[in-house]
Amino acid sequence: MKDSPMVTMKAARAVQENPSVKTLYFDYGLGARPGQFVMLWLPGVGERPMSISYCTRERFGVSVADVGGFSSAVMKVKEGDAVGFRGPFGTSFKLGKEKAIALVSGGCGCAPLAFLADEALAKGKKAFYLQGARSKGMLFFTERMRKAGAEVLVSTDDGSAGKKGFVTELLREVLQKNKVDKICTCGPEIMMKKVVDISNEFKLPCDISMERYMKCGIGICGQCCVDPLGIRMCTEGPVIKKETAKKITEFGKYRRDASGRRVPI
Amino acid sequence: MLQTELAGVKLANPTILASGIMGVSGASLSLIAKNGAGAVTSKSISLEPRKGHPNPVIVTYGQGMMNAVGLSNAGVKDSIPELEYAVKNAGVPVIASAVEFKAENFGALTKEISKANPALIELNISCPNVSHEFGKPFSHDPAAAEWVTRSAKRNTKIPIFVKLSPNTPDLLEVAHAVKSAGADGITAINTVGPGMQIDIFARRPVLSNKCGGVSGPAIKPVAVKCIYDIYKETKLPIIGTGGVTTGADAVEFIMAGASAVAMGTGIYYRGLDIFAKVCKEMQEFMEKEGFSSIKEMRGVAHEG
Repeated sequence: MKDSPMVTMKAARAVQENPSVKTLYFDYGLGARPGQFVMLWLPGVGERPMSISYCTRERFGVSVADVGGFSSAVMKVKEGDAVGFRGPFGTSFKLGKEKAIALVSGGCGCAPLAFLADEALAKGKKAFYLQGARSKGMLFFTERMRKAGAEVLVSTDDGSAGKKGFVTELLREVLQKNKVDKICTCGPEIMMKKVVDISNEFKLPCDISMERYMKCGIGICGQCCVDPLGIRMCTEGPVIKKETAKKITEFGKYRRDASGRRVPI
Repeated sequence: MLQTELAGVKLANPTILASGIMGVSGASLSLIAKNGAGAVTSKSISLEPRKGHPNPVIVTYGQGMMNAVGLSNAGVKDSIPELEYAVKNAGVPVIASAVEFKAENFGALTKEISKANPALIELNISCPNVSHEFGKPFSHDPAAAEWVTRSAKRNTKIPIFVKLSPNTPDLLEVAHAVKSAGADGITAINTVGPGMQIDIFARRPVLSNKCGGVSGPAIKPVAVKCIYDIYKETKLPIIGTGGVTTGADAVEFIMAGASAVAMGTGIYYRGLDIFAKVCKEMQEFMEKEGFSSIKEMRGVAHEG
């Protein structure tokens, strides 16, 4: 019978990527696809959906940004601490015959896109890895991506690294100078909305990763359903095509909190 | 062939979305209707908003699932527009589930919920996951169950179903009590237990609430017995629920005495379209066995 058990094991590695981001690695063949997530459980603290930032046959990692509460507790996790996970759950970024793809992230959205870049590069595709952050100290995975062979372009709000300004401006420049076949994006919805606009301008397919408050992660509690389609971001998402995003009227506008009340984004 | 009726409310088929599953928004309720459900039930609504228990709130195991979501909901004020959206867009009868923690609040809650004009109101007096907050459920006390039902009935013209718990030896007394208070029907059963899963590597219970109501195939025989007994004792319309995942399961519930069959956890096993799948399987069975209606099949297990 179908089962999505809690798997609890010692974290094999705990890497502080920058002052506010930590990656936990587990020696476990999760078999995830880029864009999918696990429900990460810190016993005694809580459980949250976290996208997978690294995945091979025998190891996977999740990268968590410190935004208070549960995520602050993740910052204290050390190698050898028992941590649980359920998954992988949800949809993934789809790669086909594209020769070159552009991956556009803001903040911690770079985590699933780094995993996607690994897969794209392994398939011989060119990957433009465009990463936006508030400042230099908030960046992570840039070195990993350079080493992996991606073309890395960075923007920061304060200009402390890369181009000063929005990552969407970098995307426009890349698309003007290069032939790109598909865009994948993960980050703040306002940023992703802009990425979708640019993809329309250049007539390119675009996948986005849309996050909503999740409780069960397995498609039954209904907490992550979006208006007006009613589809579940844990099951029919988090990765959706831009055509689907266009039909989701709450995209970029509001989300639901733990009680189910609408709150503006 | 699959049409059925609950206290005068006509359903095109007997499959219903159970309360607590996919019922947060009007949009998700409408999506379930598109997937073949004959009626849809909202998540339980209380007067005030509730965040529910912290995660983890759900864990699966080999034979089913445990949940302690903790009755999270947006509160009646913000839930009314969601219900209204479902009533307008779902295209099937909408059942509003109502929950309160003080008996005296059920009247006001029922009155408020009625403004959205659902086809039925289901009183959830049997959630097993909030007893540390509110004491034992009303469904464990015939007098309390009767009082709550009467108070709801006085405050609405909409038919009232009362959702009962299998976790009390007094189930039939409670069923009698709600019938005498004017309940138009009974929903049976709520989740079983509660149960507990301990993670042996974390050395503690998985659910933040420590325990949670058990659902899924494991509890089906308990549900069948409760439905059978309630039908025999009250003859009220019954929404049977608890572990149904196939058309055969649904037929079993109808033969025990249910008029309709609600599913929730089954979505995990068979997808959102479990409703259409179960209907197809029921119809195939009925054609093969020579049943022409749900009514004809209802309660036949009592005739032997």
